[in-house]
Amino acid sequence: MTRRPDPGRLLLMAYVYLVLIFVLAPIVVILPMAFSVPDYLTFPPEGFTLDWFGAFFGNARWMKASVFSLKIAVLTALVTVVVGTMATYALMRGAGWLGSLFQGLLITPIVVPHIALAVALYLFFQRTGLSGTVAGYVMAHAIIAMPFVVFTVAAALSSVDATLEDAAMSCGASRFDAFRLVTLPLILPNVLSGALFAFILSFDEPVISFFLAGIRDKTLPRMMFDNIEQNLTPVIPAIAVLLTGVSIFVLVSAAILRRMAQSRKMPAQDG
Amino acid sequence: MSPARLFQPDGRALSRAGAFLLMAPFFLLIGFAFLYPLFSLLSISVTEPQVGLQNYERILDNPVYGKVLLRTLWIALMVAVLSLFLAFPVAMAMVSSGGAMAVFITACVLLPFWSSVLVRTAAWAVLLQRNGIINDALQAIGLIEAPMRLLYTQGAVVVAMTHVLMPFMVLPIYGALRNIPADYGRAAAICGAGPLRRFREVTLPLAMPGVLGGFILVFLTALGYFITPALLGSPQEMMIATLISQQLREFLDWPFAAALVGVLTLFVTAITLLFSRVFRFDRMLGGQL
Repeated sequence: MTRRPDPGRLLLMAYVYLVLIFVLAPIVVILPMAFSVPDYLTFPPEGFTLDWFGAFFGNARWMKASVFSLKIAVLTALVTVVVGTMATYALMRGAGWLGSLFQGLLITPIVVPHIALAVALYLFFQRTGLSGTVAGYVMAHAIIAMPFVVFTVAAALSSVDATLEDAAMSCGASRFDAFRLVTLPLILPNVLSGALFAFILSFDEPVISFFLAGIRDKTLPRMMFDNIEQNLTPVIPAIAVLLTGVSIFVLVSAAILRRMAQSRKMPAQDG
Repeated sequence: MSPARLFQPDGRALSRAGAFLLMAPFFLLIGFAFLYPLFSLLSISVTEPQVGLQNYERILDNPVYGKVLLRTLWIALMVAVLSLFLAFPVAMAMVSSGGAMAVFITACVLLPFWSSVLVRTAAWAVLLQRNGIINDALQAIGLIEAPMRLLYTQGAVVVAMTHVLMPFMVLPIYGALRNIPADYGRAAAICGAGPLRRFREVTLPLAMPGVLGGFILVFLTALGYFITPALLGSPQEMMIATLISQQLREFLDWPFAAALVGVLTLFVTAITLLFSRVFRFDRMLGGQL
């Protein structure tokens, strides 16, 4: 591509910068408000204080909701990765019509709106006593996160040389041992990055959290929703700063895991 | 469906029983916490208070509900069109710029994607409030004299939803554009086509599957959107998801709420099946980093 100043190209880039400002502006505007003194949200922020972080970490209800959400997110990641990897492995080793059924069912929760799933579970969980319980949230979030994990793991499995597993089995390893000792270590980075995505999806999930919340146990997103709806205090920007930190950490970790996966794959592809 | 291309079975095949056992936890989970609850909700809509379609007739008979449905379609369409106009040039820039620039644009598009929807909605509430930055700026340049009501309007919902859903449009378009060989554009240039004609007759037709996939994904997601309309919209101008929530939580009218869920779900499923060929879920989900 030539590097001569091309008017079309300049116009395109100018437009793209405007779009990027639209994309970033709300986030850039809200983050500094976490350090602003008044108890309402103003821009530019006035003064400097860390009180709003104190208001978050020092408040028993915020802390309880955060711990509750963390617990749900960790369990969701665990359940999704175990259930998803098992099913994906079966899919990738030729499951016939079961595989087609699996793929069809996997995609339905992406197609059906979250509000429909939330309302359906609201009714069902009230009848079965699962409303507001960790188990209820984990099941709902696992269904939402499952496609992400399956796609990540399937991509890894399709790039790992399956003859390695065959070789292990020919040498007398059981299928489980061949998977555990040969295939799993090769796909582990993708499995872990799938787990990270499941964690973030669950931790951030607002719609199901809104409908399933019990009177006592609220998730962090539900507490945030109530705050925004009622009075919108600078606790929200403070949480935004913390969440952005977590997101960046997760994205960077996932990128490192992918890089690791790629560098491991190279010798197998050459040889 | 299309992701089959990604899922090429390989290696020593499992026995059917083994495959079933490995998939059993997934089938149990999706049956227990998705299929059965959805089915029983939809069955309420046609069996309570008595068997029949009266809940659905109520949606059609009362013009208030018809208006909500039309408004929902209209808002979702606007969000999808706006997202397309914002996303297409960004995807083009991602493909055509090299190295650090491409990484920078991708990061700018994806960082908000992984930041909380609630945080972004709160940010728009702050920007649009009566004494917020946008009102201040409009007053400073003399466009308006007194602060305008921007929050709790349809415009606020459209802008904030576009902000949240635009990345879903960028990714499939980027995927389609990246697969167009650069030779095609060069060949068209040698044949004398100008940049506009190259765009119209080479780039655009080849990008169409990505455009269509992204457009439908954003449109369908916007149809069922709850959080943003609930927090930034006006209670007089509800969308279907906020209406469902109101019927459920304020009026405790389960059968009617179930019928509204039924209408939404059937509509979304029908459109998805109609366009199932343009959906490359693997591209939309797997290629996010």
